[in-house]
Amino acid sequence: MRHARAARSLRLRIFATVLLGLLAAGLIAMLAPQRAAWGVDPTQMPTPELQARYSGLTHELRCMQCQNEAIADSPVDLAADLRRQVHDMLVAGKSDEDVRDFMTARYGDFILFRPRFAPKTAWLWLAPGVLLLVGAFVSWRIVRARIALVPADNEPLEEDPSR
Amino acid sequence: MMNRFTLPAALFVLLVIVLAIGIKHSPDKGAIKSPLLGGPAPQFSLPNLTDPARTVSSAGLKGRWYLFNVWGTWCGECRAEHEMLLQVRRAAVVPLIGLDWKDDDAQALSWLAQLGNPYEVVAVDRTGRTAIDWGVYGAPETFLVNPQGIVVFKHVGALTPDVWTRDILPRVAPRGAVKS
Repeated sequence: MRHARAARSLRLRIFATVLLGLLAAGLIAMLAPQRAAWGVDPTQMPTPELQARYSGLTHELRCMQCQNEAIADSPVDLAADLRRQVHDMLVAGKSDEDVRDFMTARYGDFILFRPRFAPKTAWLWLAPGVLLLVGAFVSWRIVRARIALVPADNEPLEEDPSR
Repeated sequence: MMNRFTLPAALFVLLVIVLAIGIKHSPDKGAIKSPLLGGPAPQFSLPNLTDPARTVSSAGLKGRWYLFNVWGTWCGECRAEHEMLLQVRRAAVVPLIGLDWKDDDAQALSWLAQLGNPYEVVAVDRTGRTAIDWGVYGAPETFLVNPQGIVVFKHVGALTPDVWTRDILPRVAPRGAVKS
């Protein structure tokens, strides 16, 4: 009986560890995109809806000069010009997709922090999922192999005869 | 029977290859490829720096080769390439069309008066709107446009004799018809 219990507690411990890991990852992912409320950009859009779209777009367009900053956060001149372009296009009634098309037609896909799903970028989007599945499969194999090491149905072997 | 190290080793080699490709293609390693290449040059119509009453327009440039050079007096690298631009002018193989990007007209004029003017004509882009159309992200940038108005080459950074003889001259004057 004790071995069955030992196997169960081992399984429990593995699941607890995996669960904790996932929780930690989720927590990090949730905290990461928090942006500083203050910024270099005081632009006010006429409506809250436009303001939200403006903020979204300027955060997903790369500052080509500084490269690791979004145009929303960059103090350089070109970023300000591109922000004004986004502002003008949204006020003129253009869609978010129009703005992205406008930018990629001039600066290439590199200007988008979130690349679009296309044959060229498919691996980029699919690789994490594929790697996760491979990892899950490998862990499952390992866990199965380890559990098999613990005999489950031979109670008498370690039963203490003196009791 | 495979050694138990075979699979990890194979995966490691695969990872190295993937990362090597990634590093080699990293945009930080060089200029970002312009989507304008192979397509028509952006349209523009801007004031002429030396004669503000007149305009410089893309339509007026059609039918011949030209080098479209984006510069500004605030740009240090532009000063570095200026001597090369003067050489290009002297070579008289292809005209230089300047785009004075987000600059002060008076400063631009005195820059040209002091250092020499390599440009056939300079268009003034005070708002930076035309530079955006050309996908400019850092001066100096130089575009080579063919007589059909197609952008065939782009160079980011100071123009050098190397770029001139390797990338520009062979396109404009194939078979070495013109000496540099």
